[in-house]
Parts: sequence; C-alpha cells; structure tokens
Amino acid sequence: MTQTLNFMVSGEAGQGVQSIGFLLAKALARYGYYVFSDQDYESRVRGGSNFFRVRASLTPVNAIKDKINILLAFSRQGIEQHHRGVAQTGFIIYDTETLGNLNVNDTVSIPAARLSKEATGDMQSANTVLLAAALCLLGYSPEDLLSLLQSYFRGEAAVNNVKAAQAGFQYVREHISIKMTTQLRKIGNKSRMLVHGNEALSLGAIAAGCKFMAAYPMTPITSIIEYLSGKAVELGMVVVPAEDEIAAINMVTGASYAGVRAMTATSGGGFCLMVEGLGLAAMTETPIVVVEGQRPGPAIGLPTRQEQGDLDFMLHAAHGEFPRVILTPSTAEECFWAAVKAFNLAEKYQLTVIIMTDHHLATSYSAVERFDLTRVEIDRGVLYSKNSGEYKRHQFTADGISPRAFPGKPGTLVVTDSDEHDEAGHLTEDPEIRSKMVNKRLGKMVALREEIRLPKLWGAEQPEIIVAGWGSTFGAIREAVTTLTETGVKIAHLHFSEIWPFPKDEVGDILQDCPKVMVAENNATGQLAKLIQRETCIHVNDHVLRYDGRPFTPAEIIAAVGQEVK
Amino acid sequence: MSTLEDFAGALTPSWCPGCGNFGILNAVKNALVELNIAPHEVLFVSDIGQNGKLPHYTRGNVFNSLHGRAVPPAVAAKIINRNLNVIIDIGDGGAYGEGLNHLIHAMRRNHDVTCLVHDNQVYGLTLGQASPTTDIGGITKTTPQGAPPPVNPLLLALAVDCGFVARGFADDVAHLAKIIKAGVAHRGFALIDILQPCVSFNHKNTHQWYRERVYKLEGTGYLPDDKTAAWQKAQEWGAKIPTGVIYRHERPVYEEALPVLDPDEDLEHIVVSGKIDKLITEFV
Repeated sequence: MTQTLNFMVSGEAGQGVQSIGFLLAKALARYGYYVFSDQDYESRVRGGSNFFRVRASLTPVNAIKDKINILLAFSRQGIEQHHRGVAQTGFIIYDTETLGNLNVNDTVSIPAARLSKEATGDMQSANTVLLAAALCLLGYSPEDLLSLLQSYFRGEAAVNNVKAAQAGFQYVREHISIKMTTQLRKIGNKSRMLVHGNEALSLGAIAAGCKFMAAYPMTPITSIIEYLSGKAVELGMVVVPAEDEIAAINMVTGASYAGVRAMTATSGGGFCLMVEGLGLAAMTETPIVVVEGQRPGPAIGLPTRQEQGDLDFMLHAAHGEFPRVILTPSTAEECFWAAVKAFNLAEKYQLTVIIMTDHHLATSYSAVERFDLTRVEIDRGVLYSKNSGEYKRHQFTADGISPRAFPGKPGTLVVTDSDEHDEAGHLTEDPEIRSKMVNKRLGKMVALREEIRLPKLWGAEQPEIIVAGWGSTFGAIREAVTTLTETGVKIAHLHFSEIWPFPKDEVGDILQDCPKVMVAENNATGQLAKLIQRETCIHVNDHVLRYDGRPFTPAEIIAAVGQEVK
Repeated sequence: MSTLEDFAGALTPSWCPGCGNFGILNAVKNALVELNIAPHEVLFVSDIGQNGKLPHYTRGNVFNSLHGRAVPPAVAAKIINRNLNVIIDIGDGGAYGEGLNHLIHAMRRNHDVTCLVHDNQVYGLTLGQASPTTDIGGITKTTPQGAPPPVNPLLLALAVDCGFVARGFADDVAHLAKIIKAGVAHRGFALIDILQPCVSFNHKNTHQWYRERVYKLEGTGYLPDDKTAAWQKAQEWGAKIPTGVIYRHERPVYEEALPVLDPDEDLEHIVVSGKIDKLITEFV
C-alpha cells in the first residue's frame, strides 16, 4: 500500500452513508491501519447528498486528503459531485442497475440492490453489498467483515447484512476481473479504538468521575448527551434533558455546588443562552465544565458544518471580569485528556473550564491507542476539614482558593451568592470587601498560567515561516508542514491545544525570531491571530482562512503557504 | 429538636417596614422547626428580588442564584443530595416571568422541592413595575395605560400536573406555616403561591385589600383531591380569594427513579466507575 488509501462513501441522507463509512473505518482499524475519517452531511433527515471520507494510513493521520482512491456511491448525485475527485488510479463502485450508466471512467458495477433482494428479501442491505464488494477487491477477508457486521448489527439486521456481504464477496469473485494494486493486510496494532471527538470526550468525562450532566441537544455535541444518557444507568450518573441551555448550565452549577463533578455541552447558539450562567458559576466560584462544539454562525448558521468562529466569544462571554480556562483539543485523543484535565482544573481553581471543539473534531473518527487509564489522576482541590473553624465558603486565602464544603453536613453551612458577598457568602456592598473579592477571583489566573500546556514548535529548528493553529486544524496543518518540509521549506508548526490563560511570554519567545508568522483558522477574521497580536505584540503576517463551512485539507494549506514562500 | 433560635439569622432584614416578606420569613422558620429540620438539612435556593434575601435572614445552606434561575440549580442539588430539604424562594417576576419555563418543566418532572413564590404582583426591587401577576388594568410605571391580563400560576401548575398546588397569605403566618409544612413534607414538587403585600409599590393589593378577600379552604368542605374542582377553585379571584391547599396528589418523583448516588454517599471521595475499562473496549 502506498502511504495512504482514501475512500469516500457518498449518498443521500437515509441511505446508510454514515453506517457504511463507519464500518469501513472500523474494518481498516481492525487490520491495524491508522484511520481518520470525516463526515459531510446536510441538515436534513432524508435525501440530499452526504459523504463520509475514510483515510487509512501506515502512519498516524489526522486529516483528510482531497484525492479519492475508492468512491463508494449510493446515489447518482454522489457520483456526479465527486467523480472528478477520484484519483487517476482510483475507482467508483456503484450499482448501474439502479443508478444507470454514468459517463464516468473507471467504474466497478455491482448489482447491489438485486443481490440484496436475492439474499435478504429486500433492497435495504444494498449498501452492505457494495461495502463487501469494495473490501473484496482490496483483499479483505470475508470472515473479518462478517464478524464486524455481527458485532455492529443486532438480530435480523445482523443476519441480513451478513447475507448481503456474502453476496457481495461472491459476486466480485465470480464476475469482477479488476485487481486493485493496493491490497489490505493485517498490520500493526489491531487493538486501537475507533472514536470520534465526542466519544473520546465522553469517555474522558466518565474517567474523571463526572456524575451529572444537563444539556439540550444541538449539533455537533448531541452524541455526547446521547452516549452518556445511554450509559448513565450502569455508571450511576445522571443526565438530565434540560428544558433549555439556560436550565442546563444552572443545573450543572447546582449539582456541582451539591458536591459532584458536573458538565454541560452545547454549540455556539446554545452557549449564547448559557452566558449569564457562566457569570453565576464565576461569582459563586462553582466548578463546572462546559463543552462548546463550534459550528458556523451567527444564528442557526450552517447546523451540520465546520467553523472555528467562537474563540473571541469564549474568551469574552458574560459581563464582568472573572477567570476562566479554555482548552482547545486538537485530536480525538486530546479530547479524552482535555475532559480529564478540565474537571481537575475546574475543581482545583473553582471556576469554569470551557472545552472548545468543533463539528470536524466532534464527528471525525480516528483510530487511537487505547486510553491509558493509569494516567488519569483526580484532583478535587482544597476541601474543608472540620478542624479549621467556622466554615466560610469564600474565605480569603493567599492563593484566592477557599476550601470547598458540600451542603448537608452537621455544623457546616455552605452559603454562596450571585450578589457580591463576604467570606461567609452573605451579600454585601462593602467597597473594601468587593475589591478583595475581585482580586481573590482574578488572582487565580497567576497559578493557572502554570497549568496550561505550552504549545510546542514542531518542524525546522530555525524556521523561516511558522504556521500557527488551534484545535481541529492540527492534522491538516501538521501534514502540510510535513510535506513542505520534505520539499525543503524551512517551516514549523505551532499548535494550541490549551489556549487560555494565554502563554504569552513563551509564545512571544517562539515567534519573535521568526521572519514570517502565518495563522491557519476555520474562520473569517483570524481570531487566533488577533489573540497572538494582542497578547504578544507580535505581528501576524498572513492568514489562511476558510469559512465556507468545510474543514481544511492539507493541500489548501500547502497552496496558501506555497504562495508565501515563493 | 430544632428551635427557632437555630434559624435566627445574623443579618438584619433590609425589607421595608410592613413588607409581606416578614410574615413569609416567620412562617418558613416555624414550619422548619415544627418539622424538626436542622439548618444544615435545609438548602435555600433563592432568586433575585427582595425575596432572594430571605435565606440571608435565617440559617441554612444557601445558593442565591440568578434572576429567574432559582429552580434549575435547586432541582439539580436535590438530584445529587436527596437528604437536603430544598426550598426555593422566588418572586412573581422570577417564577412566572423570567424563569417560567424552568418552573413549568420542574413541576412536570416532579422534583421533590418546595417552591415559595413571594407574589406581590409587582416588581419591588426595581421600584415598581408591572409583573406577570399584576391585576388586569393595574397602573404601574411600565403600564401607565393599565396592565394586560395576568397569568394564573395555580392553573399553570395544574396544567402540568403539579402534585401540590397551594396559596398562602403572608399576613396569616400560622396558616402559611401550616401550608409550607405540608409542602415540605409532600413527596414531589410543591408550588406555594404566597400573597405578599408590597407596602411601597403595590397600592391596590394592600394588606387591607387581601384581608377583606382571603378565606381558608379548610372548614369549607373543599377537598384538594379532585383536579376538576381544583381547576375551578384556582380561578376564584376578586371578591373572594381562597387560601390553602388547592390540589394534592402523589406521583413518581423524578430523582427517586434515577440510579444515581446513594443519598448517604460520601461526596468528597470520587469513585470512578469500574465500567470505564469495559466502555473503552467497546470502541476497539
């Protein structure tokens, strides 16, 4: 196999694009390939034109490639839209009997609907026939696919999909003479997990001991709510389907006040409703974790698409001045660890930690090493012990962190207030106490700066150009920088997976000696670039911005940077 | 045994002399003492407004929330710690205006909390504007031409099958304490709408106005177990205003059906589910 093999499954909503794409990714991961996949779908339940791309690689991969080696098409529109993206050596696999002959080259025709009907009695499993045919052409073992189907489907669906897959394999063996040059084989580590960002983040929350979630569904974070709701009973966790996002964040704050680790998740529009709740958590110094999965705005924007347009918003949301932490994980694996770290920082510093993801990160599957649970540490911060006198929830301390206690214990009353309050938590308008409380809260930022993982410069030692990014653009930028390095460009990649408090001194040191600084972001105004400029006073020379609702591919960044280095 | 002394707050109330809140504060204290509940077993979640100050004038755990947002943190705290007696202090603006959505859904889900609505039919803290319960035609700073028709909170509660729907009167402390006591003892959401004279900004619904109209349902032969009768009784307003329990029935409590924390679990020690390893394997 060449370095990577790129698949696309395309079809209408409701035709099983997501299922087949996932099964394909899983099949490849089970053979030990590194896998990255992304999903592109319209905001509709049936029809339209969706696709699911899967990239298999011998080396770790975190981005999608433009050129397709194998296009698995369920609809005419899927072929018409994407056949130009198929590489010269690639193939389009589809059912000519149902879609008719299309004037495109290099096709493999499989009578999938007919085979499905013959094997199972209906045409529902035609997509599985095509999947099996594609894998057969690539030398994938039928037994391995059948066992995958049996673990994915249940009951009658499992039986039918196995029959359909068998029919697909048989048809290819008997009727297709084309031999793919690339043949899949079992390589490397076969025990990697195939997870998307939302799943990894959910697992991280569980590993961190999160006991309470309240949320309102919103793309792209809905699968976090659904996953945790499905597991809540066995985990002894509560997931409340809140009446709105305002309720969600206020419930989470109440649950945390009562003593457990609690989180909510939303997208930008829902976060708009949560903003006043951010202030409440800040004023009452209640630890909460908020996941914000970005999608294009403003308003409803593009519900099922990609953007990194909310960084400014997360930095500044809510009135008044208070500390916050913003983590911006870049990969599915980082989503897991971001969740673990978020709960620790939230409780240690008694504030809100925002985990920013986006549609691309939330929904893209990748094959990652099994999360090492022995590395998970839980730090609840300072808790009140009975011996230290009468309890004051907001007691002044050297580092601004007051011991926490939970309501319900004899001899301890936990009093807190959204009004400015004194050490005991009772409301006050005393100017001296007010100033001290502001300083107490904001003072936490000093220690917090030490907690933030510094962005690492990766690439040339004395780069002539640095490309900076944050969050989900990691894979595309890293691959672009790798490719450009191979062509002799002295380039490096600076990536932020934890962005606030901003490590301004360290970033300033890195950037000040570099002649050219570029920032690649999925937004229109260069929000990271503005943050860098504001915090370090270093000029960002150029932007690579994409704000059409789609994620970057490495090729686009290579093209943009190539213009600069010519 | 808990005593009234246990519930004596350190701060002096900043309410206007003659404010209905004094009666509510006394009734709350009396009810808790009669139920033999200790301050550490109570969680007051209060809203914003003069009502929101009540917890500071007694003793207990206090979470003073945002305007209209007292209900969500209250029900969440109850889910986490079922041993807490959760009492919400909220006004007509917070409960029936800014936070109505939360109130309706909390009543629908039936969390075991007691919601005391200090209903003075006007916005007091902001010095006298119309509220959702200002009587029709009421002249206030924001309704110089007269207020639109009010909401009827009791009917709203009945519409979502709230299991304890009552009205109290701040001036009748003994009767109000009895209602609050029954509300706290009730398993499920208890909505207690409390007629609270505002001496500064509501010059229509005064102490005198209410006293001439309110009567107790007890002794009238009214039984609060019939929803149709309750629906009619909840609409009685004007010459005669009923106080007491309008409707009461028990139905499953939201948090009791949840497989969450044992109410006596030590919250300070996090136990991560041993299931996490199995869950990770499901992704391989």
